[in-house]
Amino acid sequence: MTKTMPKVDVVTVGVGWTGGIVAAESAKAGLKVVGLERGAKRGTEDFMNVHDEYRYAIRYELMQNLSKETVTFRNNRKQRALPMRQLGSFLLGEGLGGSGTHWNGQTYRFLPYDFEMKTMTEKKYGKDKLGSDYLIQNWGMTYDELEPYFDKYEKTAGISGEDKNPFWGKRSSEYPTPPMKKTPLLQKFEKAADKLGYHPYMVPSANLSEAYKNPDGEQINACQYCGFCERFGCEYGAKASPEVTVIPTAKKTGNYEVRCNSNVIEVLTKGGKATGVKYIDTISGEEFIQPADVVVLTSFMMNNAKLLMVSNIGEMYDPATGKGTLGRNYCYQIMPGATGFFDEQFNTFMGAGALGMCIDDFNGDSFDHSDLDFIHGANIALMQLGNRPIGNNPVPSDTPTWGAEFKKQSIMNYTRSLSLGGQGASIPHKENFLTLDSTYKDAYGQPLLQLNYDFTKQDIALHKFISDKSAGILKEMGAKKVEARAPIDHYNIVPYQSTHNTGGTVMSLTPEEGVVNKYLQHWDCENLFAVGAGSFSNNSGYNPTATVGALAYRCAEGVIKYSKKGGSLV
Amino acid sequence: MSKKDLSRRDFLKTTGIATGTLVGGGLIGGLIGFGSNKNNSSNSDKNASKDQAANTNSKGKMFFTTDKEFEILSNATERIFPKDDLGAGAIDLGVPYFIDHQLAGNYGSNSREYMQGPFYAGEATQGYQSRLTRAEIFKQGVGKLEAEAQKRFKNGFSSLDDKQMDEILTAFQKGEVAMSGVTSAFFFTLLRSATIEGAYADPMYGGNLNMEGWKMKGFPGHQMSYINVIEEDKFQKIAPKPLGQH
Repeated sequence: MTKTMPKVDVVTVGVGWTGGIVAAESAKAGLKVVGLERGAKRGTEDFMNVHDEYRYAIRYELMQNLSKETVTFRNNRKQRALPMRQLGSFLLGEGLGGSGTHWNGQTYRFLPYDFEMKTMTEKKYGKDKLGSDYLIQNWGMTYDELEPYFDKYEKTAGISGEDKNPFWGKRSSEYPTPPMKKTPLLQKFEKAADKLGYHPYMVPSANLSEAYKNPDGEQINACQYCGFCERFGCEYGAKASPEVTVIPTAKKTGNYEVRCNSNVIEVLTKGGKATGVKYIDTISGEEFIQPADVVVLTSFMMNNAKLLMVSNIGEMYDPATGKGTLGRNYCYQIMPGATGFFDEQFNTFMGAGALGMCIDDFNGDSFDHSDLDFIHGANIALMQLGNRPIGNNPVPSDTPTWGAEFKKQSIMNYTRSLSLGGQGASIPHKENFLTLDSTYKDAYGQPLLQLNYDFTKQDIALHKFISDKSAGILKEMGAKKVEARAPIDHYNIVPYQSTHNTGGTVMSLTPEEGVVNKYLQHWDCENLFAVGAGSFSNNSGYNPTATVGALAYRCAEGVIKYSKKGGSLV
Repeated sequence: MSKKDLSRRDFLKTTGIATGTLVGGGLIGGLIGFGSNKNNSSNSDKNASKDQAANTNSKGKMFFTTDKEFEILSNATERIFPKDDLGAGAIDLGVPYFIDHQLAGNYGSNSREYMQGPFYAGEATQGYQSRLTRAEIFKQGVGKLEAEAQKRFKNGFSSLDDKQMDEILTAFQKGEVAMSGVTSAFFFTLLRSATIEGAYADPMYGGNLNMEGWKMKGFPGHQMSYINVIEEDKFQKIAPKPLGQH
């Protein structure tokens, strides 16, 4: 039997950065908000035993239990889509705080070029730079329009950084806290990059360089450089995350309730408007309806897309006809780079998730692409993350993968090798999309989301270009041997690459190009909002969280505006 | 109580970090202190004897039912991660026990993996598509290692010389040995990963005995903070600490 709960002003599906931000802003504005989180409650007190690589980084303690739900995958429409039976290429998460709990904290704003990719590419390189298979479009908002929202997010999270990058957009204020420590490793990168004429700067970090109180009065502590960030929660409360910022802010208002272990399975609609959501209490198994005036989808981009699909809201994208917008513009990231082997020993086991130096000389449109067969590029960084011993066994490529030589080389090079990594931008392609699977189901009997994805010609060219540039920097850093990453061909869902999956529920200037408008309001359902990396119509050469945070503040503004006057906000 | 004896829990309690009290980085840094290498090495001796006591208790089989199977597993892991002049190999590190215990739990039963059918082989890019759990794959795989030894050398796997064992493991790695419901290449991938995991996981899991894996690699295990040493130019040799001692 389904139980109907008392109606609220706003319900959010998922309580991570986007759900937390929308809740904090709406609750401060006097709206009654309920956050439904399908994972468990967790916070700083749960991370006192977190320095356990095997449990958290290898067996994925904080990630989604795939026995209940996963996605299916194929490289192209000729293949049979099969379930991703274990985590690999990207790590789906769940639990209070979402990925905001176990992120590294690298907090870049996307480039002005990212938001106006169509206009700027055509202006400089003509209409047919990549061809019509690539679905390049503008976001509907420019960097300058989004700047105040970036500023707000950075102040909430207390980001540590320096405004020394000549290639990014104009900032209205300095970073809230100074950059992290420039360690000897980072100085080595800086020196080489300087010598090559590049423009190195400290990675903007959500692992804070000093204790900070944000404008909502929340305290974030100072990072201890313990080396356990990504895939771990912070036991110091020193990594900006929803549990130490926006969730307590929302709770303080008295207008916010979080319900954990509450898995939303459907958005309910009537007469073209959302009436609430249906969810299952994963402990008791009971089914509930939560009625609300406004429904906001704030879960991971894959789940946001799936909920719209299973709820039959909007038109599914069809790659054969090009019609429909839901599931379109799925993008990922390309991971070029290079490894350098040195004689000297480095403190590679120390670090923090966002401790690094990087360059944007080959990111966005910082460099001329006239004679290149790709657009965009990658941020290239040397990160001192704190390398852990199970996950880090660097060996030259001619070394066997096991046995005496492997053991010797992997032990020696664990502290004697450095890798530069690029996060290659991903450009939307007509064959890269999300849809519903027709065979496999989740624990609640609903179809799994189906991922159709392969690397494009653009990706392969970009990968080679950035890997070569990375190798050049490592040579300048004095490596005795440098190996650029092997060229890519087809996307493989097995090895970990990145959890920067984007698109599927794109923000757009017109209903023909996307799912939500520039307030993140659904084009076909005015009291339904969807926000997150799914809103991106292309991915950038950076980590996505700052842009996700900025869009969440924009979305919160839309929710509050809508609650007052109703109707379409554009 | 001296600084170096301050336990992690005490530290968090006294500084109020766990409850969110304002604590600046400088204060935390000042409190931690790593002590000299001299102090750390005396700590490490004390730790070693404690671990040895703990590890005698972890030597029992939870998954494999015969000594013969366990010996085959042990010898296979030792070829993947052999004893050498750098230090212990898989057997001395307790890796076979680590794997045996993992197979008896969530890892072995694939409790967090999607295991619903239908099952199809699929493309390599689509990953794990076996209907078998890891426990079932290891059980079958160890049996196949023995069968392959008998087939090729008319001898038990554990009686083969190193070169012969390597030949068989290489055949598995290349997917040349027939297995049911899974490829030998996939079994080998699991075996290799589990061996490395057992060599370097926290010693509380039964491998990485006396933190010898960490010591070989120069990884200090669980440390509360590196804020005071991360700006040092020199490589820092820090005696490792397991999670059980914080």
